[in-house]
Amino acid sequence: MEKRVTFQGVLLPLLLVLPQIVVTAVFFFYPAGQAIWQSLFIPDPFGLSMRFVGLGNFEFLLSDPYYRASFVTTAIFSSLVTVVSMGVALYLAVLADRLIKGSGTYRTLLIWPYAVAPAVAGVLWLFMFNTRVGVVTWYLGLLGYDWNHVLNEGEAMGLVVVASAWGRISYNFLFFLAGLQAIPKSVIEAAAIDGARFWTRFRTIVFPLLSPTTFFLLVVNVVYAFFETFGVIHTITSGGPQQATTILVYKVFADGFVGQDLGSSAAQSVILLVVVSVLTVIQFKYIERRVHY
Amino acid sequence: MATVTLENLRKSYGPTEVIHGVDIDIADGEFIVIVGPSGCGKSTLLRMVAGLERVSAGEVRIDGTRVNDVEPMDRNIAMVFQNYALYPHMSVFENMAYGLKIAGTPKPEIAERVSDAARLLQLEDYLGRRPRELSGGQRQRVAMGRAIVRKPAVFLFDEPLSNLDAKLRVQMRLEIKQLQRRLGVTALYVTHDQVEAMTLADRMVVMNAGVADQIGAPLEVYARPQTAFVAGFIGSPPTNFVAAQLLRPGAPDGARLGVRPEHVRVVSPGEGALQARVMYAEPLGAETLVHLKLADDALFTLRQDGTAPVPEEGAEIGLAWDDDAQMLFGPDDRRLQG
Ligand SMILES: Nc1ncnc2c1ncn2[C@@H]1O[C@H](COP(=O)(O)OP(=O)(O)OP(=O)(O)O)[C@@H](O)[C@H]1O
Ligand SMILES: [Mg+2]
Repeated sequence: MEKRVTFQGVLLPLLLVLPQIVVTAVFFFYPAGQAIWQSLFIPDPFGLSMRFVGLGNFEFLLSDPYYRASFVTTAIFSSLVTVVSMGVALYLAVLADRLIKGSGTYRTLLIWPYAVAPAVAGVLWLFMFNTRVGVVTWYLGLLGYDWNHVLNEGEAMGLVVVASAWGRISYNFLFFLAGLQAIPKSVIEAAAIDGARFWTRFRTIVFPLLSPTTFFLLVVNVVYAFFETFGVIHTITSGGPQQATTILVYKVFADGFVGQDLGSSAAQSVILLVVVSVLTVIQFKYIERRVHY
Repeated sequence: MATVTLENLRKSYGPTEVIHGVDIDIADGEFIVIVGPSGCGKSTLLRMVAGLERVSAGEVRIDGTRVNDVEPMDRNIAMVFQNYALYPHMSVFENMAYGLKIAGTPKPEIAERVSDAARLLQLEDYLGRRPRELSGGQRQRVAMGRAIVRKPAVFLFDEPLSNLDAKLRVQMRLEIKQLQRRLGVTALYVTHDQVEAMTLADRMVVMNAGVADQIGAPLEVYARPQTAFVAGFIGSPPTNFVAAQLLRPGAPDGARLGVRPEHVRVVSPGEGALQARVMYAEPLGAETLVHLKLADDALFTLRQDGTAPVPEEGAEIGLAWDDDAQMLFGPDDRRLQG
């Protein structure tokens, strides 16, 4: 039985949700409205007046090769971050799941990176891979590899992917571990008796039963890679070299605050707003029908 | 089809030993039921035969081959779990076909064997459903089906009927017995229900705190319990115990006499072996259980025919029984005399 508190009247409930409404209005509805409004204008070079251009900013953006390149970069970046962070997390969760004793310790240790702010994580990785004084760079140098993510686009991408994925592993790990532990042990044992060895069991039983968790994490991680990796990219590569790590969110910042092209920047925000709405809808739709077997 | 041998089988979790050396020889095609109270180690024993639990000491042999270090999938066994352990994301057909598919059985043969099993278990109409769309009894049948399609040498059952209602339990009990007879497969069946044990078993193993107290045919175990535990556990209501010295001066300290409720007769006060006061009677139709209190406040039960006159509450009566109905157990609870 679900226990609900019911209120008489409307004043008290309204008062209780007011802070949330205010926060949402100030930090979401207002800026979102501003972005939509501004995306329809082009400011003059001195920022003194605005010229209405309708969907001109969007037309320009979609024909802009740099913007399209940024889309591709974002796709590559977020796929890599998602695959790496979920893959490593799943691997660790499977190992921890087989371990009954001590899994609590691992869980605690593995959750730590989650508490590290993206910008701090970025600085951390930047130090390790600094082209001159980085400890990893030095070891790679000993092995005869000349690491330089400031010049090499692939290396730059690799570094921001690793730095972004690292912070997500613990979050994903916790969900995967909970998902694994929710699978009844006897089902796994029945499969073992039926002849399935570890890998077959994983492929045919464990992974399918884990699919609700996997899908949930997929959406959450894509959203993260799209929007919350700004700090990492800003501290490590600032979108370079040659825009190789300029993902859509970073481009909003670069064009708007650095390039002062507010109209284009606002139009980009609106496009991102649409993307995140679609992702959210997918997620909610799916979570509603979560129990699919 | 195979024999199963357990030799001085032991299991410890850390420093605690929970199975203290069990020896059982199971013949080909035999139906063995392991019965005992909760926590006595029945599941642990079965899981060691299945290979799901490591053997701490001793040996498990299937068809004469030592299998201590053989993986479950290589033991040629099938197991039915208490919660059925069906694969929730697969249809009934896929559940039953899973093992065959892994073994690389050709598709037409899989289809044939699954449909044979489905016919046998009356599951033909449910092959396309998922486990969550089935009733408890149907799930139970799917679990059985999954076990039989692979034609294993040994069936293992861990309390397969305990999640069913009483009526279905009786029906499935019969079906399991018939199925095992028809297939002629050696079966090891764990239960805490003595009626299940009595009705299913060719031989039953009565477990007590990690030890197999007695192994034998059900009626044999019932008639000649080797320990006080077996006498108390098998039979309902359980055997009555009284201090042996009460009736046999000279019996060793701590020895007890056991008498089954159905062997006790009511006689006039002052006569018979014991005097008792009637507390209350439970008329069950075919029989009546009379609960009594002895002089030293110990409880005593007698069971009489439903047609016999029911003694009144509070009445003083005498209790008598034939000499060969009484069982003497030593201070160590072992049977002293036949
Ligand atoms: N993983 C484990 N670690 C430590 N002790 C265990 C473990 N599994 C079982 N035991 C102990 O072993 C003993 C036997 O357990 P088992 O599950 O075999 O009992 P059972 O006879 O099947 O009981 P039930 O009828 O309740 O299923 C119990 O005392 C239990 O506490
Ligand atoms: Mg058990």
